[in-house]
Amino acid sequence: MNVVEASGLGKRYGSTWALRECSLTIPAGHVAALVGPNGAGKTTLLNLAVGLAAPSAGAVTVLGGRPAGSLAALDGIAFVAQDTPLYKNLSAADLLHLTSNLNRRFDQHYARARLAELGIPLKKKAGKLSGGQHAQLALTLALARRPRLLVLDEPVAMLDPIARHDFMATVLTAMADDGVSVLLSSHVLAELERVADYLILLARGRVQVACEVDDLLASHRMLTGPAAEAGKYAQWPVVHLRSGEAQAHLLVRAGADDPVAPGWEAHPVGLEELALAYLREPGAAALPGPARSRHADVSEVTK
Amino acid sequence: MSIDKEVNGQPGGRASASPPAGGGGKAPARPGQRGPGSPIEFRLDPGSGVPTYLQLVHQVEHALRLGYLKPGDQLPKIRDVVAALAINPNTVLKAYKELEVKGLAAGRPGQGTFVEATLSQIALPELTALGRSLSGWLTAAEGAGLDEDGIVAMFTSTLRDFYERRSGSHTRGGAADRGTEGVA
Repeated sequence: MNVVEASGLGKRYGSTWALRECSLTIPAGHVAALVGPNGAGKTTLLNLAVGLAAPSAGAVTVLGGRPAGSLAALDGIAFVAQDTPLYKNLSAADLLHLTSNLNRRFDQHYARARLAELGIPLKKKAGKLSGGQHAQLALTLALARRPRLLVLDEPVAMLDPIARHDFMATVLTAMADDGVSVLLSSHVLAELERVADYLILLARGRVQVACEVDDLLASHRMLTGPAAEAGKYAQWPVVHLRSGEAQAHLLVRAGADDPVAPGWEAHPVGLEELALAYLREPGAAALPGPARSRHADVSEVTK
Repeated sequence: MSIDKEVNGQPGGRASASPPAGGGGKAPARPGQRGPGSPIEFRLDPGSGVPTYLQLVHQVEHALRLGYLKPGDQLPKIRDVVAALAINPNTVLKAYKELEVKGLAAGRPGQGTFVEATLSQIALPELTALGRSLSGWLTAAEGAGLDEDGIVAMFTSTLRDFYERRSGSHTRGGAADRGTEGVA
């Protein structure tokens, strides 16, 4: 099952396209990370997927073909918006009560147990909680709806390192316990490596990459060698080139078994390095695209 | 001082009783623990550049070599690893699958993953002899002017060349192991 499927999806605000020609599928069972510079269309894509915005073009469905924003879709999705907004003057207990009455399904028992575990006092107003507790409360309200897909917009951007770790631990434990799929947008590239196993790169409103992280890492190599010979790799799909006078680094699409010229070294790349390279080259083609299979990819690189 | 003298002064019972216990030495304070948990805890080195799942695989192998883990021991439960390290459950699953493929661990439905085998080690005298000859080489390398980083670089690149020369018989799995042995 695909938790998100978009085809030709676009959103226009006035005369500006915030997102255009976005086609991608996100299979279930992953933590999918949506990465891109400010203004790339991340929040727009999330808002379209959860039904908070209507597309200007194309269509998006969730959880196996349910139209985004439909009742069937909303039942299975929980969304925590940027900066985890809550009613500041309501206590945690009030928010539990409210959320449980506004939703068809709400697991009071889970929510209360979770808050007790986190040491969040029920009587305290949301506005008086620390940043980490505030975020955890919003997350608890979302998870208590027992969603199949949890959508988080920049969930940890405002949190300190410990709160960030605890927040992600809660998300990932829910995934381990209940198999909930996760779609999150993030700027914190360094932390994605341990969290995300599906990567979507957005640049200038278009999808650059949408691929399983393992496949992505297995199909890219960093080549280091004499700058004068960098041209010999011109026929390879070069994503990014950094060159000094003598030495050059090329990020290319190539597998571990692809031959490397004498005098050149090939290194595997990490997710952060790879994402950065793509983000610096917004024009780099939407490589390992959603429609291509892994095998098609490999044969294309190795020939 | 006085305690030292007392211990030294008793050549009998105590001295002979302690070596077997202390001789194992490498896994203190966890003698044959078989409780509900696992004898080991994972940690992550975000700066190592080694993929997360591979770090977990290496830590299990390391624990097997050093005797922290024995056949029958339980590996940390996936949920516990996820909660402690805030990593993707699929990553832990992948690490445990890799250990199963290597024949080192096996999943028991509804219970968890357990150690199946120990890592074969060569005999101790042979190991000591190899260590001694490596020490000899290290002395020579230092004498020639290499510092520690230089020695590591030299060793790593020679090791890579050594295995690359016979790369026909080596698979991708071998390549991954090699990379980290060089780092270690």
